[in-house]
Amino acid sequence: MTEHVVIVGGGTGGSVLANDLADRLEPELDAGDVRITLINDDADHVYKPVWLYVPFGQREPDDGRRPLEDLVDDRVDIRIDRVTEIDTDAERLESMEGDDTIEYDHLVLATGSTLVPEEIPGLADGGHDYYSESGAVDLRDELLSLTEGRLVLSVVGTPHMCPAAPLEFVFMADDWLRERGLREDVEITYTYPIQRVHGNPHIAEWARPIMEERDIDVETFFNAESVDPEAETITSMEGTELDYDLLVTIPPHGGVDLIEEAGLGDDGWVDVDKHTLEAEAAENVYALGDTADTGVPNAGSVAHYQAGVVGQRLASEIRGRPATATYDGKTLCFIETGMDAASFVEFDYETPPAPAPPSEKLHWSKLAYNEAYWLTARGLL
Amino acid sequence: MTDIEPDETVDARGAACPGPLMVLIGQIRDAEAGDVVRLLSDSDQSLTDVPEWAEEAGNELLAVEEFDDHNAFYVEKS
Repeated sequence: MTEHVVIVGGGTGGSVLANDLADRLEPELDAGDVRITLINDDADHVYKPVWLYVPFGQREPDDGRRPLEDLVDDRVDIRIDRVTEIDTDAERLESMEGDDTIEYDHLVLATGSTLVPEEIPGLADGGHDYYSESGAVDLRDELLSLTEGRLVLSVVGTPHMCPAAPLEFVFMADDWLRERGLREDVEITYTYPIQRVHGNPHIAEWARPIMEERDIDVETFFNAESVDPEAETITSMEGTELDYDLLVTIPPHGGVDLIEEAGLGDDGWVDVDKHTLEAEAAENVYALGDTADTGVPNAGSVAHYQAGVVGQRLASEIRGRPATATYDGKTLCFIETGMDAASFVEFDYETPPAPAPPSEKLHWSKLAYNEAYWLTARGLL
Repeated sequence: MTDIEPDETVDARGAACPGPLMVLIGQIRDAEAGDVVRLLSDSDQSLTDVPEWAEEAGNELLAVEEFDDHNAFYVEKS
């Protein structure tokens, strides 16, 4: 009997896992004992960290796109399709394309995050973002026309992809506006939902003095309730109203509906054992990356490391051995602190982050990794 | 023990950063005025940041129940 591994989602987690399994299970694939299917609703793999640089004119959205066919091992069947239903009892999936039901023996959900700006009245019309290709391109135009007034960066949704990116954006905007001689005419205000500037207290403690030094105003305990695009104001649940000339937000995020419909977790995030990444509500189901509700950041590095763990566990299960690999919470992030300096953090479930002193070398390391990322997606790095 | 009957209970035990307060805020966001949300948290930080946020947002922290391994916060949406 051929065991069928189905991976839903061709982002970082899904692609790295597909390539990891193709390599790890080479004998079984060659013998026809295993087949692997990667299902994605887009023919391209998208590397989202590129979008941070688009508003500043440094990258184009196409720099973050490559065809999955070019990245994923030929032994993996790629299916461009959208899964519409997961039946974990019958171990099968329904999808939009074709009449066939997709049966699986092992399912991995790597469906990632989606943006839901409509949760906040006025946000879709009044706010800009760099968490989507079109958002980043529109924001580039807006930023270029901003010569005076107030730029507000508001973190609305948490959890959100790349928790460092809001800090990076204001640090980069500060530097970019200074370089263009406009900083004295543009105020920057950063808002965050809780009482510090970042969810992680160690990163918050590191970032706050830099914001003060750079004259970036901070509003904490600011949970956006509505945006008035006509009046150009954003109002919080706490009753604070801010005027803006350019509003950049991290919109609310959600997972895909079919996860909740399948009873695997709320809001599109799968309840998992945070070490084994196995779904709590079903057998033979794993989740990784943003989709796995582990409490660690929604970051590419997390999806990458988790893919290695799931790959090892699946290989063990397929070979009839106990699965022993576990995820320890490992997360790695570069944090841009301007247009030519960056910091770096590495942490896990037990060890808190200790941001490195910002340097030009770390900035170039981040840019170099963004290029080398295509090796990660191929399962090589 | 309290005899307050919450309209909603959210269990944020084990929630990593930004943690239980964000879970509470999300629930309050969806609640109606006058609803009482009970937050279960095993983070010591909740003992300071939940009252601080409730005051800032004008919601009322009705009670805090202390258990061996977690606390329960009753917050009424204004």
